Amino acid sequence: MTAPLHETSAGESTATVVAAPDAPGTPDKSGGSAKAIEGRSPWKIAWTRLKRDKLALAGAFVVLFLVLVALFAPVIVGLLGHPPDEFHEDQIDPLFGTPIGSWGGVSSEFLFGVEPVNGRDVFSRIVYGTRISLLVAVAAAVFAVVLGTVLGIVAGYFGGWIDAALSRVMDVMLAFPQLLFTIALVSVLPNSLLGLDGSGVRIAALIVVIGFFGWPYVGRIVRGQTLSLRNREYVEAAQSLGAGRIYILRRELLPNLIAPITVYATLMIPTNILTEAALSFLGAGVKPPTASWGQMLSTAITTYEADPLFMVIPGLAIFITVLAFNLFGDGVRDALDPKGSR
Amino acid sequence: MLAYIVRRLFAVVAMLLVVTLVTLSIFFLIPKMTGSDPAAMFVGKQADPAAIEAVRQKLGLDEPLLVQFWHFVSGIFVGRDYTGGGDTIHCAAPCFGYSFRSEQDVWSMLVEAFPVTLSMVIGAAVLWLVLGVSTGVVSALKRGTVIDRVAMITALSGVSLPIFFTAMLAMLVFRTQLDWVDATYVPLSESFGGWFGGLLLPWVTLAFLYAAMYARLTRATMLEVLGEDYIRTARAKGLPESVVLGKHAMRSTMTPILTIFGMDLGALVGGAILTETAFSLHGLGALAIRGVNERDLPLILAVTLITAACVVVANLVVDLLYAVIDPRVRLA
Repeated sequence: MTAPLHETSAGESTATVVAAPDAPGTPDKSGGSAKAIEGRSPWKIAWTRLKRDKLALAGAFVVLFLVLVALFAPVIVGLLGHPPDEFHEDQIDPLFGTPIGSWGGVSSEFLFGVEPVNGRDVFSRIVYGTRISLLVAVAAAVFAVVLGTVLGIVAGYFGGWIDAALSRVMDVMLAFPQLLFTIALVSVLPNSLLGLDGSGVRIAALIVVIGFFGWPYVGRIVRGQTLSLRNREYVEAAQSLGAGRIYILRRELLPNLIAPITVYATLMIPTNILTEAALSFLGAGVKPPTASWGQMLSTAITTYEADPLFMVIPGLAIFITVLAFNLFGDGVRDALDPKGSR
Repeated sequence: MLAYIVRRLFAVVAMLLVVTLVTLSIFFLIPKMTGSDPAAMFVGKQADPAAIEAVRQKLGLDEPLLVQFWHFVSGIFVGRDYTGGGDTIHCAAPCFGYSFRSEQDVWSMLVEAFPVTLSMVIGAAVLWLVLGVSTGVVSALKRGTVIDRVAMITALSGVSLPIFFTAMLAMLVFRTQLDWVDATYVPLSESFGGWFGGLLLPWVTLAFLYAAMYARLTRATMLEVLGEDYIRTARAKGLPESVVLGKHAMRSTMTPILTIFGMDLGALVGGAILTETAFSLHGLGALAIRGVNERDLPLILAVTLITAACVVVANLVVDLLYAVIDPRVRLA
């Protein structure tokens, strides 16, 4: 997705578009073993394919691990680290502001070293950063997918002026400099809003803004798919039997759109993680002292020459997380692809 | 054809007006919501209310939204006069107003920043297009081999790396440790070597990310195209493989890539914010960040508009090129 703005390409999204699995009953040519003849739903086929994809499974395991880290962050930090906001100035060279120990102050006590200047435990901050990263990315993806699906179906199915209007809105949004815009918006947010305070406001804002700029990508794909599906014979058949519009949308079209939507949602999460990191890097993410990976990198930009490890660790955290989601997402896409032989 | 171009140009202008209006209204509403006053910002912290009021009138900040919109848009085409407190400042067309902070002419700031961004983006684009497309084609043709797997895993890693991290790594290795390059921007007019050396790291960093994306896209598209009937037909009628691939397959493969290339190029020229921040280049992206951090409305408005314009115009050019590349496309 031109994801747009953390400077990634529109290519990513179009490359990953997957056609809806054909109407039930299409014979599956790339089938597994042919023991007894049994009916297999497209989902079953996809599941057998996914289980054979080692890279995708590896990605899935890492994702699972990260989710557990995020859920149990306080426990992990309690066992292996120090409170994330605690200063350890005794670990810092008062003259240069860099960690005293070699390798960024890595020791059995500080597993990933300490932050320059104030000596906070990098391990704890990375662990807590997982929470922000996953929460924002997943929630924003859900938001974008729901909005994009609803508006995309409406545009594709009803056509006419509704389609024209929604398509224009999507065009304008895709031409908008998203990153710039988000920073501008986040920077003028008040400190408390609707009962949320400090970091809560920022997190909510990040979710809404990233999700809001994401929906046109989903919307475009869903609209296209709906357009090609709505004149299929089985839709006509339902119509001739007297089915109403809402019934057709819900029972005939939506099930056939689930596959491309699933693929898109999984591949949107890594993009969102990068966007969140980029925003934090530019100072528009969660507010300090709440830990986030992008923000650590933006601190590191002034110190990385003297203390490279403090830059490498959060960078690797982002890289591993995004890579895992991408591997898993690619696997899901290949598994759900009805042409599937990739 | 001509009618098509004219129609599209109208759409482009309409779209840019909408983008301007939306940006303006957001920054018109935000001061009201948060209680920060643009006029007070222009004058400075310790200004007396009378001075602020004078500035507000001079800049037209007390006008209703649509009037401000009209002044801004007409200023771009015919220039604009700021009258207030007895004297008049004429801002020649294309007038994007004056920065609230530095009181500099925004247009001259844009003119200064533009070559930096343009040099960076064009250089990187050449690199990534060549690298990305050729890797993708080779991968598709050698599908399933070790070459394909290595290329695709590298590409997937490439798209999973945040660019500001790659940028810092590149600087750490090639500038701090090895001391190969300088990585400070020197205008092309001053010295070619300095320009080239200063931009080498940004080019490579930016191109790595995009080449990875283009390799993935090219491979996927190429594989799809190779499965088409007309490729089988071409082979069946005995055309040499070089013609089948070079002429028949490449044409259809390039069509979607060109679309994305246009959009990416437009978006990047409008502001490669992250790359410019990481390499401390003073291009449009850096200008945008400065505008946002200093709540400098004219600056934000100008960069937003330029970015949107680049994207929209790039899309138009791509659509026109379609007709050249793909004979199936007829413009009407």
